[in-house]
Amino acid sequence: MEIKAKNKLAEFDIEKWYLSEQSGELLFAFKGNISPALITEILETIENELGIKQEKMKVKKRVYNVLVEALQNLYHHIDSTPQEELSLGDRFIVFIISKYDDIYKIVTGNFIKFDKVRLLKDRIDQVNYLSVEERKALYKLILNNQEFSEKGGGGLGIIDIARRISADLNYNFFKYDDEYAFFVLHIEI
Amino acid sequence: MEAIFIEGTPKTPTVNFNSEAGIFEIKGRSIPENSIEFYKPLVDWLDKYASSPLDKTEVNIQLEYFNTSSSKCILDVFKKLEKVTQTNKEIVINWHYEEDDEDMLEAGEDYQSILRIPFKMIEIDDE
Repeated sequence: MEIKAKNKLAEFDIEKWYLSEQSGELLFAFKGNISPALITEILETIENELGIKQEKMKVKKRVYNVLVEALQNLYHHIDSTPQEELSLGDRFIVFIISKYDDIYKIVTGNFIKFDKVRLLKDRIDQVNYLSVEERKALYKLILNNQEFSEKGGGGLGIIDIARRISADLNYNFFKYDDEYAFFVLHIEI
Repeated sequence: MEAIFIEGTPKTPTVNFNSEAGIFEIKGRSIPENSIEFYKPLVDWLDKYASSPLDKTEVNIQLEYFNTSSSKCILDVFKKLEKVTQTNKEIVINWHYEEDDEDMLEAGEDYQSILRIPFKMIEIDDE
């Protein structure tokens, strides 16, 4: 009974949002558990699509690289799904890639606990604020000076993505319940 | 020292460390979820090699893609190789990149600026 009551608090409708994000030419849309096998499948599918579209090598490589970082960021850093939503999968993520005119649009979504929101928000804001040259300098600084976590990441994923795209990273934190937010990242290449 | 040969996979590169010839190659894609697991044995091996290297060491890096998780491991590989320069033996890193792949060229230049080791940027023609 208590779970039901808590469920009512959910202020963000994932299903509705998931559908609303699927516009343009949809190349891949997924919601469920993330795993290395899923990452491989997405990468293979999109690489094929890019080949069929005969995209320029530079575009192909940028899209592929950003995909790798976006997906592996999810793989390494997501919080487990809130108890009452475990039916979605315990490592639940949303991933959508579509194409509008000449722009590839990647959307990712995942649960995050509120106590981590500020750190992530500050990190993205900081990267967005930096110029191309400053992003490069920050990348090198972290690469050369920071120990990597056990997960193998060094917080370089976000900076690497930002270096490869011309626009800023757009994001949203939707309040999910008292403990969790749903983090949405939009990347345009 | 025993040579190292590892066949490439869709997420890990082909590695060919020929200690007799002093020619080390890393080629293909390096995008595993756990890069440390893949690179640790290579870094340990190079640590040993660098303590008594051949007169001439040639390193060929030809990566199509690498993720940020690998980027730190690749830096660790280079840092071991940097030790060779302290022994007054010759070493060069040939950083290969595809024509027009500015991002890969820039990645090589990033490493070059961090390390004290000679880099040669080599453009690969598409056809």
